[in-house]
Amino acid sequence: MIRFTKVSKQYPRGGPALEEVSFSLRRGEFAFLTGPSGAGKSTILKLVYVAERPTSGEVRVDGKSSVALSRRDIPQLRRRLGVVFQDFRLLEDRTAEQNVAFALEVTGAAPSQIGPKVARALTQVGLASKATALPHELSGGEQQRVAIARALVNDPLVLLADEPTGNLDERSTRSIFQLLRDINASGTAVLMATHDLTLVRDAGFRTIELNRGRLVFDSAADDPGAQG
Amino acid sequence: MRLAFREALRAFERAPMLSMLSVTTIAFSLFAFGLFGLVALNLRQALQQVEDRVEVRGFIAAGTAPEASSAAVDDVALFPEVAQVRLVTESQALERARRELREFTDVFEEGLLPASIEVRLKPGFHDPETVARVAKRLENYDFIDDVRYGEEWVRNLYRLRNIATGAGLALGITFALVSIIIIGSTIRMAVLARSREIVIMRLVGATDGFIRAPFLIEGAIKGTLGGLLALLLTWLAVQVSGRWVMQVQFFEAPLALLGIVAGAGIGLLGSAVSVGRHLRKV
Ligand SMILES: Nc1ncnc2c1ncn2[C@@H]1O[C@H](COP(=O)(O)OP(=O)(O)O)[C@@H](O)[C@H]1O
Ligand SMILES: [Mg+2]
Repeated sequence: MIRFTKVSKQYPRGGPALEEVSFSLRRGEFAFLTGPSGAGKSTILKLVYVAERPTSGEVRVDGKSSVALSRRDIPQLRRRLGVVFQDFRLLEDRTAEQNVAFALEVTGAAPSQIGPKVARALTQVGLASKATALPHELSGGEQQRVAIARALVNDPLVLLADEPTGNLDERSTRSIFQLLRDINASGTAVLMATHDLTLVRDAGFRTIELNRGRLVFDSAADDPGAQG
Repeated sequence: MRLAFREALRAFERAPMLSMLSVTTIAFSLFAFGLFGLVALNLRQALQQVEDRVEVRGFIAAGTAPEASSAAVDDVALFPEVAQVRLVTESQALERARRELREFTDVFEEGLLPASIEVRLKPGFHDPETVARVAKRLENYDFIDDVRYGEEWVRNLYRLRNIATGAGLALGITFALVSIIIIGSTIRMAVLARSREIVIMRLVGATDGFIRAPFLIEGAIKGTLGGLLALLLTWLAVQVSGRWVMQVQFFEAPLALLGIVAGAGIGLLGSAVSVGRHLRKV
């Protein structure tokens, strides 16, 4: 469903961010992207949601190739992806449910569907009781749950999480990670960038490790099935 | 679409001063167009009335043979610009003078007024160049002493009209450019104020058109308001003129509507040229 083939990325200013990276992620799979800061984790996620384009190589997402993808195709592709960040990226003047509804409103969803879908997403992340709270009235962990609900409300194929626990304390980190596992268990693929090695080690999920733009380890590499 | 309208209206709340400034400059732009347009319109009507009376008159030298002058009349009638030619004999001229200037009847004597050829031109051939050309051709007959037509009048009216049109265009375009610049900076502020939202919109898959729509709608609303304001100002100017200076004719409905549409157009254009540029920076 996501496939990188010899992908290199060079930002206009700066050295090579990725060099000849190849891997693929199947439907429903959970994988960590690890590596030190600056290794290229965020760049990989940006290439998936087409905030950046590869300098060479090919990125395929849901059958769409980065080589053939035009600017006009990007919004449709993004509607099938959910993205969350370390800094939550919520709108401060909107309540939790308004933040989640925003993703539906701006993609032309039928108004009658918005209410039920928002309620379902908030329930899924365990925040139904705080639907009318503003972001500053919520803890960091709760804010990240709102962001996850917003990412899930369009029923994405894959949830891309860029250091989702980077701003959270130990307890919140555990509970957000548990939520991501639950989401994965219900069928959504998850690609999570993190440098929290204890989290990675204990979970036992597939791990793709980067260093200075190169893929240095992929725990699924021995497993031929994971290469599809 | 409703969402886009709501966002567009919020932009007015966010920057009321700049929004009003945009509306006002668009209004001034169209007001300049409108005012000078009105001058041109009314001058054109005055010109038409004068032009309808434009007449080229060639005076025939005394002692010219009647055959020569009537041959000339037939000749001139064939000019493509000419609607009607009439030969006015000396006695007809005298009679007309006596009729028109009754109190001076005694002054006019036989032989005092020359015979003449009076030429009326077809509609559409009343501009100074054509009139002068016809006059020149009349002058070419050697028995024609002198040719008269209201040249100064016609020329001045035309010049006035051209000046009014030119000044209106120059002033109107200047204001239009200024309003486009002001709309551009309003949009920059609006884009900045909404940059977080725009980032998220892109992330969740809103189309460029969707993101752009509120800014374009905002521009069009400002333009329409500017157009209405300009119409009001122009109408007031006409009322003031009618009261203190002279009665002038106001635009007819289709032209007034065109003014409002032009306002919307300026607003839309102002937004369109800057929204893409500013969105790219977010
Ligand atoms: N927009 C950018 N312009 C220039 N260089 C960038 C940009 N984004 C990232 N980089 C560089 O690319 C490399 C990889 O960055 P990134 O993918 O953010 O790493 P990570 O997420 O693993 O910390 C780093 O050296 C970083 O400085
Ligand atoms: Mg990063």
